[in-house]
Amino acid sequence: MQVSVTVNGEVVSREIEPRQLLVHFIRDTPGLTGTHWGCDTSNCGACVVLMDGKPIKSCTTLAVMCEGHEIRTVESLEVDGRLDPVQMGFHERHALQCGFCTPGMEMTARALLDENPDPTELEIRTAISGAICRCTGYKNIVSAVEWAAEYEASQRQEA
Amino acid sequence: MATVENLPSPSTERPIGFGRLKRKEDARFIRGKGTYLDDIRLPGMVYGALLRSPYAHARIVSIDTSKALAHPNVAAVVTAKDLETLGLAWMPTISYDTQAVLAGDKVRFQGQEVAFVIATDEYSANDALQLIDVEYEPLGAVVNARKALDPDAPLIRDDKTGQHDNLASPTWEAGDEAATDRAFAEADTVVERDIIYPRCHPAPLETCGMIADFNPKTGQLDIYNGNQAPHVHRTVYAHVAGLPEHMIRIRCSDIGGGFGNKVPVYPGYVCAIAGSIVAGVPVKWVENRSENLMSTGFARDYVMHAEMCSKAGKITGLRVDVIADHGAFDSTAQPTKFPAGFFHIVCGSYDLEASHVKVKAVYTNKAPGGVAYRCSFRITEAVYLVERMVDALALEMKADPIELRMQSFIAPEQFPYETTTGWTYDSGDYAKTMRVAMDIAGYEDLRREQAEKRARGELMGIGVSFFTEGVGAGPRKHMDILGFSMNDGADLRVHPSGKAIVSISAQTQGQGHETTFAQIVAEELGIPPEDVEVRHGDTDKSPYGLGTYGSRSTPVSGAAVAVVSRKVRDKARLIAATMLETRPEDLAWEKGRWYVKGDPEKGALIEEVAERAYSGETMPAGMEGGLDAQVIYDPPNLTYPYGAYIAVVDIDPDTAQVTVRRFIAVDDCGVRINPMIVDGQIHGGLAEGIGIALMEVITFDEEGNCLNSSFMDYLIPTALECPDFELGETVTPCPHHPLGAKGVGESPNVGSPPAIVNAVIDALHETHGVDHVDMPCTPARVWAAMQGRPEPPQ
Repeated sequence: MQVSVTVNGEVVSREIEPRQLLVHFIRDTPGLTGTHWGCDTSNCGACVVLMDGKPIKSCTTLAVMCEGHEIRTVESLEVDGRLDPVQMGFHERHALQCGFCTPGMEMTARALLDENPDPTELEIRTAISGAICRCTGYKNIVSAVEWAAEYEASQRQEA
Repeated sequence: MATVENLPSPSTERPIGFGRLKRKEDARFIRGKGTYLDDIRLPGMVYGALLRSPYAHARIVSIDTSKALAHPNVAAVVTAKDLETLGLAWMPTISYDTQAVLAGDKVRFQGQEVAFVIATDEYSANDALQLIDVEYEPLGAVVNARKALDPDAPLIRDDKTGQHDNLASPTWEAGDEAATDRAFAEADTVVERDIIYPRCHPAPLETCGMIADFNPKTGQLDIYNGNQAPHVHRTVYAHVAGLPEHMIRIRCSDIGGGFGNKVPVYPGYVCAIAGSIVAGVPVKWVENRSENLMSTGFARDYVMHAEMCSKAGKITGLRVDVIADHGAFDSTAQPTKFPAGFFHIVCGSYDLEASHVKVKAVYTNKAPGGVAYRCSFRITEAVYLVERMVDALALEMKADPIELRMQSFIAPEQFPYETTTGWTYDSGDYAKTMRVAMDIAGYEDLRREQAEKRARGELMGIGVSFFTEGVGAGPRKHMDILGFSMNDGADLRVHPSGKAIVSISAQTQGQGHETTFAQIVAEELGIPPEDVEVRHGDTDKSPYGLGTYGSRSTPVSGAAVAVVSRKVRDKARLIAATMLETRPEDLAWEKGRWYVKGDPEKGALIEEVAERAYSGETMPAGMEGGLDAQVIYDPPNLTYPYGAYIAVVDIDPDTAQVTVRRFIAVDDCGVRINPMIVDGQIHGGLAEGIGIALMEVITFDEEGNCLNSSFMDYLIPTALECPDFELGETVTPCPHHPLGAKGVGESPNVGSPPAIVNAVIDALHETHGVDHVDMPCTPARVWAAMQGRPEPPQ
């Protein structure tokens, strides 16, 4: 069946099988391989993208369910060569090692800060608790999100 | 490579050489621009999927693939019969056993590979799996290692000539049995425990997979595959498939975690290669999560019995008897001469009078493996056992567990120290490290808090572990894998402009090699790490070596990079002497520059030497042009990092839920090249240790059905189960490593489970009489222990 999904601001229209998962749709059609899959069961969060600004797990979402919706992937974070503060924070605070969970973590963090610009440590831990990282033990991911929140606050103050 | 731009860190924060340098590899990962296996698409590529056994043990009566072959998108269906014609039905394992690539006669574990479908897309390949009819005749299954040798146990490996029981190895021993008997006879306190280190799984977030691309015109086999030891894999494929080694190229690109799971060769890899050879097009096979958990390299599964004794307040002896469950095919990973890996390091950090260790392995109807989940060849099992036994002894002696350890430690002046099972520890000051951990924890205050809480009916526990690891395998006189020496190469080329490429045989899976190894060259040559590109993960472009596992990258490859840098520096000295018209012995080195002793203004930067080396100017007599060098490093000994860990847990008295409230980790891994990366490694290993201690386990029902085959059932800690880790350090340089480094990646996984379990028992012993709980300390198991009931079986 025909489906049209807005991915990172571009409308992607394609004839697909109704069963095609969003994660495969994103990776296959526009070739955006930053969104990973890790578990098939909504547990690991490597596949998190934003649908209309809310984090969803694209490994258990059918592409056809996204008809007419806006999907944002990790590839949208950097704009005109400027990194998103979340990306900067991950680098600053060594919040990644193998990098496989990073896109999902970053999108989850982006959604959190969009909704709650000044989260507590527990709010950050709760927000990312739907995502698994095997490498970092989460300490530096929490720290990276705190870094991004502080950076964005300082940017707002300057503006 | 793309760089990380518009970051606020000024370049002055970037040290030359060692220090907290932010990682080079982040630039691609934070943008989602890493290239993992499944991100690679080749023209004309087709997709493979594996049909797996629903039974743990069954005879295969028939396989009918006709309906699958009739599927319009299916190109081929491969079974054991097809592989037999290619001589690929069975493959050798890393432990000199054999493993079925596709089952022909019998299936021997649930999830075993039975048929391989090749189709135009992944969805069709998986659809076609449902169209294959396999008739099975179910057989009785063996899932409990303790029952594997019972006379009525069904024979699992009837494919092996002369195999009449389920014994997978002869009994292997270390230490001195008679001396140990004497130590026990003279002891004043003896304790005994049955301790299980349950089966768990490394479960890297990226599963295993391969793209095989055989070109029938040229005979070249290109392999894309995230594995931890690409050079060895290439050699194995050359032997197994009968292909010339120089016509096989393995590229690893980015790997989404390994933790030991990506060391072995799996049947899916052989199927992808065979599929590409037969079909003449690239074949991609990527397993799903259930396949990863059910069929690829598990870890641990050691059933242990131990006795420990003390005399006059000091630990004196240890006796250990282990049944190792190796699953249906013995593919446990360890150096050839060590059938139980490095398990005999089980005498730990203590100056024992004697010890004796026995290990035998059995076959069961469970997935094959026995890989080290972030551990150097069974050291995790050893450390867990000895650190649980020390606590058991302390309970019996009514001694403080730290005090007993302090009384029994090997003293600093005893190094190099030969243990009672034959290890030569290189260096250490254990009591100092223990005291740093106690200070960070506020140990006395914690004991007071515990007493107050106990009086109020609250359950709080403080657990300690102290570990010594042997990592960086290893010296070629002692160890090899499949006959290959455990050495690693490094190849350093400094270009005319002074920029350098260093090629290494280690294989990163997230450890930050592109940064750390650049820092080693930077430190040794005095050029900025940004000017050093680290090449790895391509067998055509890197020197031979055994890869990354067993915390061996820094101890072996790191040493290779230091030595090759020094070779280049030595060559630069000779060239600089010619440039400066002086003798080499009249030159002195400072970072980045040879200068004339007594006339420091007169010197040559490494960049100037490089330019000269490639120029038309005169070189020293007899010297070839260029500024490069190559080494293969053979470590003289293992390195022996150690650490003191303290866990503080709270247990809900109503639900038995264990929460790790604090975790203090003080590691001595010698000199730290990039302390930021070292800290990150420790954080990650601690999280995995919490997982193993509290929730990660692979269990089976009596019929051999795997009960933990997805992340719904194989639980991994999230940010909510991990505390804000508190780290500390002491630095005792390794005396034989060129940089004084010891390796660290696995220490936290090795050291943390016993600290947590000791804390759980510490919380429950006084009030509930609990003196043992097996992992994982789930609410159900802890609740049963609190009620004095036998724990649920595992």
